[in-house]
Amino acid sequence: MVKVVAKTGNEAMAEAMRQINPDVVAAYPITPATEIVMIFAKYVADGLVDTEYVAVESEHSAMSACVGASAAGGRVMTGTSSQGLALMYEILPIVSSLRLPIVMCDVNRAISGPINIHCDHSDTMAAQDFGWVQIFSENSQEAYDSLIQAIRIAEDPRLQLPTMVTTDGFIISHCMDKIELLDDADVQKFIGGERKAATRLLDIDKPVTLGLIDLQDYYFEHRVQVAEAMRGAKKIILEVADEFAEKFGRKYGLIEGYQLDDAEHVIVALGSTCGTTKVVVDELRAKGIKAGLLKIRVFRPFPAEEIAAALSKAKTVAVLDRSDTWSAQGGHVFTEVRSGMFDQKAKPKMINYIYGLGGREINLELIRQVYTDLQNIEKQPLVQYLGVRE
Amino acid sequence: MANLKELSKKQEPLTGGHRLCPGCGASIVVRQVLLASKDPVVVVSATGCLEVSTTIFPYSAWKVPFLHNAFENAAATMSGVEAYYQYLKRKGKTSQHINFVAFGGDGGTYDIGFQSLSGAMERGHDLTYVCYNNQAYMNTGIQRSSATPKGANTTTEPAGKVKQGKTMNRKDLTEIMVAHNIPYVAQATVGNWADLTRKAEKAFSIRGPKFMNVLQPCRLGWAYKPEETGVIGRIAAETCFWPLYEVENGVYKITKPREKKPITEFLKTQERFRHLFKPGNEKIIEDIQAEVDQRWQSLLAKEAMTAKAAK
Repeated sequence: MVKVVAKTGNEAMAEAMRQINPDVVAAYPITPATEIVMIFAKYVADGLVDTEYVAVESEHSAMSACVGASAAGGRVMTGTSSQGLALMYEILPIVSSLRLPIVMCDVNRAISGPINIHCDHSDTMAAQDFGWVQIFSENSQEAYDSLIQAIRIAEDPRLQLPTMVTTDGFIISHCMDKIELLDDADVQKFIGGERKAATRLLDIDKPVTLGLIDLQDYYFEHRVQVAEAMRGAKKIILEVADEFAEKFGRKYGLIEGYQLDDAEHVIVALGSTCGTTKVVVDELRAKGIKAGLLKIRVFRPFPAEEIAAALSKAKTVAVLDRSDTWSAQGGHVFTEVRSGMFDQKAKPKMINYIYGLGGREINLELIRQVYTDLQNIEKQPLVQYLGVRE
Repeated sequence: MANLKELSKKQEPLTGGHRLCPGCGASIVVRQVLLASKDPVVVVSATGCLEVSTTIFPYSAWKVPFLHNAFENAAATMSGVEAYYQYLKRKGKTSQHINFVAFGGDGGTYDIGFQSLSGAMERGHDLTYVCYNNQAYMNTGIQRSSATPKGANTTTEPAGKVKQGKTMNRKDLTEIMVAHNIPYVAQATVGNWADLTRKAEKAFSIRGPKFMNVLQPCRLGWAYKPEETGVIGRIAAETCFWPLYEVENGVYKITKPREKKPITEFLKTQERFRHLFKPGNEKIIEDIQAEVDQRWQSLLAKEAMTAKAAK
């Protein structure tokens, strides 16, 4: 039975964690993700979950303890943000190379410096090369649904890769939203009982050595194995999404189109900004302007072919990046989308906006400006900063 | 305590054929500590000589479950392994006792791994952390660590024309671990096998966090003949450069040498201290002796004080 409740993004993620009931959670508090673990710690204190909860002394140790627990065979989760995620960076690629399906709640927040606690995607985008599946959420409902799906995705025997589900700091993490909760039993049924680990460190009768030193003669092959697994991840993510849709009625893909089929002017974005953009698309459509939105839900693996197909009929495209690569070539999403379009015969004109850094507001007016720019794209520079004071 | 004959019949946790240096004390520490366990063990190792020499893919010298994560996080990683084990126990999915043993060199323990170690000890995980302490970053080429003693020649604080090796005294990590108020802290050295084995057995008999600081002469970094590892370990104890003692629930117990030898007996066995014997460096040796004496007196006082309190 579906239960409709009001929950913040953090509450929604904590609720999903309660229903998942992981074996081990190791975490360290950081704004704006703190609440997820605080709420979960109360679930532990009240005996609502069976989880062994380890309140560690840093995010580095949080991810390190997750590695230990996951290598031992456990279903393991954590949550973090920004500098906390950055402190985990060293361990993140170790997790993927050990093929440990750890699932993380990641609340997008600007990276220091200067220090800033509000939303942008700099933290998550900097982690894009570490072999983690990355799923972005437009709202609390998506965060909740994706976190439940993430357990299945990460633990799929064909994948065995860590997965992070992100929300936008404060915009989603702290804003009350209407969400539909699933039954506890349905969640348990969907995630499918205990984790079936390929190797268990605690199996003392069959001792394994994990995390070996891997020199010139094998390291390359092991890295390629992660790449190959990631290449197959799209299929697994879609299979899990289809099963979720069949059971619970909410359908997700790698990308989502909004008024996209016949759109001439398209914004590509991810996260909470997509909701804002949809409002403007509706406005423009009412005026007869063929505006559309392409939302990227899964950023790793990057759905380049799907995006290229979806943008093939557009005349102009603006990619919105809530982070900067500082490469002088645009943001993270822009360079990926643009690269994905390179082999298309008919290519739209494409420009990039870097926006919203450190929580700078993105509002309807700014999105309208982007669509206006798209209609006069010849005059626009390749990369511009949206909403910055000059 | 198990005798040598009994120990020799047990299955070796670490096989021969690993690539540690001839005469390396690290493998001696691992074998003697793990052989002291009556129960199965699971091992986590920090990055370092021990790990890189025993796990070159596709080979492994480990006959017991082994996990390496990164340099500074052996204690945190083992916290996670132990947490999952506690989960399994609480859920009735296992009843077998396992001893969780984390190994780290002095760099991965005293320096970069210190926070992770302190955190794991404070949280009370049931694990034994063993520092194989060779007093420098031997794996990366004999760079100084906070465990390096004053006057030692290292590649990042070398002896030269105006400086004579490390200028500061070593950090006393054993005492810092005592200050964590954990149930068992021990200091031991390679070359005193019975003492080391007994302390490991004691550690494994206690539930909660345990810390063992084992001085491990390093034939490469200290520069001596490979066959002298055990001898130098014993001299370290006899000069009280590395006193053998343990602290169980706050009560100190020291193994006193028959006769406390002068520090020069220890210093002269290794090339890393050779420059100290040149004319003009007498003061440095005096300083080292003063530090050793001060720490030894302090230890004796703590033993007397805690023995009284225990009664």
